Amino acid sequence: MDRNKIDKKEEERKLFEELENSEYKYGFETKIDMDTFGKGLNEDTVRLISQKKNEPDFLLEWRLRAFRHWQTMEMPDWAHLKINPIDFQEIVYYAAPKKKKELTSLDEVDEEILDTFNRLGIPLDEQKKLSGVAVDAVFDSVSVATTFSDKLKELGVIFCSFSEAVKTHPELIKKYLGSVVPYRDNFFATLNSAVFSDGTFCYIPKGVICPMDLSSYFRINTANIGQFERTLIIAEERSSVNYLEGCTAPMRDENQLHAAVVELIALDDAKIKYSTVQNWYPGDKEGKGGIYNFVTKRGICKGDNSKISWTQVETGSAITWKYPSCILKGDNSVGEFYSVAVTNNYQQADTGTKMIHLGKNTKSTIISKGISGGHSNNSYRGLVRMTNSANNSRNFSQCDSLLLGDKCGAHTFPYLEIHKNNSSKVEHEATTSRIGENQLFYLQQRGLSMEDAVSMIVNGFCKEVLNELPMEFAVEAQKLLDISLEGSVG
Amino acid sequence: MLKIECLNVEIDNKKILKGINLEVNKGEIHAIMGPNGSGKSTLTQTIAGREEYRVTSGSISYKGMDLMKMDPEIRAREGIFAAFQYPIEIPGVNNAYFLRTALNAIQKHKGLEDVDPFNFLKLIKKKMKEIGMNEDMLKRSVNEGFSGGEKKRNEILQLSILQPDLAVLDETDSGLDIDALKIVSEGVNKFHGPEKSIILITHYQRLLDYIKPDFVHVLSNGRIIKSGGSELALELEAKGYDWLNDLSEIEGECK
Repeated sequence: MDRNKIDKKEEERKLFEELENSEYKYGFETKIDMDTFGKGLNEDTVRLISQKKNEPDFLLEWRLRAFRHWQTMEMPDWAHLKINPIDFQEIVYYAAPKKKKELTSLDEVDEEILDTFNRLGIPLDEQKKLSGVAVDAVFDSVSVATTFSDKLKELGVIFCSFSEAVKTHPELIKKYLGSVVPYRDNFFATLNSAVFSDGTFCYIPKGVICPMDLSSYFRINTANIGQFERTLIIAEERSSVNYLEGCTAPMRDENQLHAAVVELIALDDAKIKYSTVQNWYPGDKEGKGGIYNFVTKRGICKGDNSKISWTQVETGSAITWKYPSCILKGDNSVGEFYSVAVTNNYQQADTGTKMIHLGKNTKSTIISKGISGGHSNNSYRGLVRMTNSANNSRNFSQCDSLLLGDKCGAHTFPYLEIHKNNSSKVEHEATTSRIGENQLFYLQQRGLSMEDAVSMIVNGFCKEVLNELPMEFAVEAQKLLDISLEGSVG
Repeated sequence: MLKIECLNVEIDNKKILKGINLEVNKGEIHAIMGPNGSGKSTLTQTIAGREEYRVTSGSISYKGMDLMKMDPEIRAREGIFAAFQYPIEIPGVNNAYFLRTALNAIQKHKGLEDVDPFNFLKLIKKKMKEIGMNEDMLKRSVNEGFSGGEKKRNEILQLSILQPDLAVLDETDSGLDIDALKIVSEGVNKFHGPEKSIILITHYQRLLDYIKPDFVHVLSNGRIIKSGGSELALELEAKGYDWLNDLSEIEGECK
């Protein structure tokens, strides 16, 4: 009889959990012993982080330069966003799961952490690893596991946590860190440069087509933690890599800050494709809580004929503020930006890209799809700059907005800078439409429910972007779109 | 099958239908003719369940059920199909995918199994051939960039795949050249059977050369002012609608 009781309790628990998480199903918190700094930020915090990681002096000095510069900066307010004041002294800058012992293999990663990533659909243990995708799992401030590292090493591909790369390849870090996003770049990038705690490092050697997709999965767990990680990807001549990025966080009433920096470097004839499905906790229906996602992502097509392609599906976060950009320095280089940004309830997004044309015959494409529902605000902000050296260059931009309901907003801020350049061409198209009553009715008249009709129309609207995602990611993204838009049409 | 009694419909507080009575039995074809602005499309939209068309009084029963209590998608799943005068474009949504989703929503409602993609492809290819549609329309988005004629054919394709019990065809003939008209009519005739009823809404008589109605009704100023057999259509073709104008004054609103 006890057994029955237990089963019943277990069932109730599951049901409760299901109900609780029906909207944001990654909102759980992992209970685990953490090694955590107290709240607050000063020079000692920066030194302590560096010390924790046994960093070489050059890195500590770089951090300190960043920190000193950051103290002279003010938080920018040019974005079309309403941001509650952030008290940077109320943030925890470092939290890492306590290691029970030194790890020598993945099998020794803490149960709770493996379990957490399992629940997020990212199995890390050897037997159940995702086939064909290598994962670097970042938990709060540190990378906890990296799969397939050894296998990739055979090809000369370096795929590891940022901290490990600092130890094993300091020369590469020294050469490339801050080379695309300098530590003085902007308020949040500068803060990140001072206090970043980990992240992912990828190096693809000359001529290597990376045989599997590389990915990072970011998980925020601890309350009041700010997550500051860096990703650095270097693709040598004639190499190519696909990189994916995902993220989630527990549901909390306070806003939490995530300020990452991503730097991509593509040398001659190299290709980097970087895809993100961003699903940070968006806050509740009343707009309480959620992640502030203030990220600087930039790639440089340093070599001739190189290509960098950004694809992002942004469904989460209370506020999203990011502009994955391309500096097209090499002749004939190509930059692409494909974006779907969804905002619902009280979410805000100000996102877009910068395409900086420096080389000759450079080409950029921008496809942005903004979808807003509820009381949300969704802005596209994009800069296309044609410098006088970028002869015969081309840009095509298309920015479409879809409004669900009548309390949300969509805005487009395109900036064009053409410097003494008559041979280049820039095209910009923009549309804003309300989801059509006619379209909805047409689909309903064929037997589809209202929800399915909305989902079908939205998916059709973003199709050009979703097509750019790798298969597994596209399915995930489609599901996320559906969840994010639940109840968005009144 | 369908029984409309004393139906009054408004849109934006403007009375459009003023006491319609119409009964359509299993297997019957009814043609509803009338000049522009007489309320023909309003009738289609009301049967299909468009919210903006407000039923102020009267009733519609369908297979013994109160249609007014059914959501548009339930009406569709119960076998009502409206072919629209201006089929809607849905960018980025694949035509075949849309149609399979619709078919499976109906299958599910009926407690039947999903049609798998393979069998669906066979079915749709066969039907497309019948109505002379190019196979590349499988890959295109729903009605996007379709010519007027292609859109109408696409409606008939949907009709032949979804196999409803009652089809309301709203000006399906408009914008079609004579060859397309023939093909579309053939599609409708192939669909028709002892269990399948059709309401044909049309401005012109020429469609009725190809699809033979059992009854013809003249709709004018929101009322059915005259009903008869198929010969009434010919009379209208010869004399126009004007000679009927007086009638609308005589037959009053139904109480």
